[in-house]
Amino acid sequence: MRGHVIDPSPTPQGAAAPATNVTRAGDVRAMAARRRRRLLGLAAVLALLVVACLLSVAVGAKQIPLDNVWHALFQPTGTEDDVVVRSLRLPRTLLGLVAGIALGVAGALMQGHTRNPLADPGLLGVTYGAAFTVVLGIYALGVTSLYGYVWFGFVGALLASVGVFLLGSVGRGGPTPVTLALAGAAMSNLLYALTAVVVLLDSQALDVYRFWKVGAIAGRDPDLVVQVLPFLVVGLVVALANAPGMNALALGEDVARSLGHRVGLTRGLGIAAITLLTGATVAVCGPIGFIGLVVPHVARLVVGADYRWILPYSGLLGATLLLLADVAGRVVARPGELQVGIMLAVVGVPFFIVMVRRRKLVRL
Amino acid sequence: MTAVSAVNSGGIVRSGSDEARLRAEALRLAYGENVVVDGLDLDVLDGTVTAVIGPNGCGKSTLLRALGRLLGPQGGQVLLDGKRIDRMSTKEVARILGVLPQAPQAPEGLTVADLVARGRHPHQRWYRQWSSDDETAVAEALRKTGMLEFAERTLDQLSGGQRQRAWISMALAQGTDLLLLDEPTTYLDLAHQVDVLDLVQQLHAELGRTVVMVLHDLNLAARYADRLVAMRDGKIVAEGAPGDVLTEQLLRDVFDLDARVVPDPVAGTPLVVPIGSRHRT
Repeated sequence: MRGHVIDPSPTPQGAAAPATNVTRAGDVRAMAARRRRRLLGLAAVLALLVVACLLSVAVGAKQIPLDNVWHALFQPTGTEDDVVVRSLRLPRTLLGLVAGIALGVAGALMQGHTRNPLADPGLLGVTYGAAFTVVLGIYALGVTSLYGYVWFGFVGALLASVGVFLLGSVGRGGPTPVTLALAGAAMSNLLYALTAVVVLLDSQALDVYRFWKVGAIAGRDPDLVVQVLPFLVVGLVVALANAPGMNALALGEDVARSLGHRVGLTRGLGIAAITLLTGATVAVCGPIGFIGLVVPHVARLVVGADYRWILPYSGLLGATLLLLADVAGRVVARPGELQVGIMLAVVGVPFFIVMVRRRKLVRL
Repeated sequence: MTAVSAVNSGGIVRSGSDEARLRAEALRLAYGENVVVDGLDLDVLDGTVTAVIGPNGCGKSTLLRALGRLLGPQGGQVLLDGKRIDRMSTKEVARILGVLPQAPQAPEGLTVADLVARGRHPHQRWYRQWSSDDETAVAEALRKTGMLEFAERTLDQLSGGQRQRAWISMALAQGTDLLLLDEPTTYLDLAHQVDVLDLVQQLHAELGRTVVMVLHDLNLAARYADRLVAMRDGKIVAEGAPGDVLTEQLLRDVFDLDARVVPDPVAGTPLVVPIGSRHRT
């Protein structure tokens, strides 16, 4: 390395120019090649997602021939198959799609902001915040409809996240990855305990909680998806805008600041995005684990350390994984079904172990 | 203060001026209750390489962080182009002044080209993320530091010296007139220390960058700096040309070190030869 120390003589500007052009061409070519690879990969992931969506529409407890699925999607006439596809499978697939994207992106954000490869979107107490308000709504206010508890869950998720952020910001230096993780763990444990108290007191709350806790995308009203969609869209936009700042934060706070990034703002926006994405998803689907943990690692394997690429990849891979796990859950226990939350744990854990063994988790 | 002008062995003219774009006035720095620097004045003369020396814990790194706007002062002020640096926007500062912390950490899998590209942020707008100017600046920075052939390597595949070159490339791509380096030679063997400092010297000579660096090795500091700033207990004890600052008396005052100072046989700058108890007579 020391041999090729640049030209030691004071080079006049003119003499340096030709060399610059040559090297620039080579450099630009290498960068273009990497960019093309990433775009091709993105196209491949997108294709995989389309396949997952089609499977999710085509496969289920009721066996529907493919041409009937097609018929239901594009020229519905109200046959029984049409009704099943359009009113059950399509909303379920759409919910799986948005929930998977949200959880994948939120996971990548969380791991990036905490610089912790084992962080998942639930780290800020969002999951238990939602759980607590859901059971509280049932117990104290007698909420029974799904609508009721979705909004309760969402508010709980937001409050828990804000609480963790404030708790983690107390003291000098403001919110840091460590204080946030500690505050999140403390808040989660507290809310978990409170949730346990409520479900002990109220068996109706326990019944709802049991099913909510597993995490599923089946049987949700299509309107719910529409209602939480704005929050998810805002969350995604904020997340993508957050990518350059996360790239800088990955080099350390001092470097980020000296490159002209506003560290507090970047971190605040990141947490806002995580809260919106995870909170909305948890409220509708219940806690669906694993996607936020695993998917960013897969994305990093493909694209390296650039969050402008990691985030889109994580979103698409998250949706793909969620839908495939959901489809698998419908197939393994026919004519019954396994909830996607259970399926993900069953499929996901061995996958994760293989990944950890094959390649050490990356340092963030 | 007279203009510094010297010719080093490579025939590169080093020069400086009386102007100071970056200055500290009555600076008071503290971490919580713990006051590290108090009542410090410093002019960073344009076009010079300044090395800050001093024993561990004397506040050199803290001073550098304050000069780079990474730490807000509790009293006094840091002025950049006559404006209070803590009232300027982060991006505005980042276009004039770059800071490289000690032993910076990069995420795994980050390529050299990507790292250097991140140095362009202060020149980017949200509607225009990447321009041909950025492209040129990155390629130029990689070429100047001799890292072009490593552009597509990841940082973890590089040696310590190469990695430090990559970080300096990033600071270079930032295109700032002032560069603050906190112990750029930490964890490097002597050959790589010289290599990195040669690079700093070259950037200074070819691009006219003003450099402030914290250095531990006094002999290298004397060789590569136009000016030395010696600190102890958060105060500047002496500043000026290495030949004037680095004396046996100063080493006793600042480092509590008994040493002989002789002319460096290669550069003619002061060479510190510590005595130590084994050879004390």
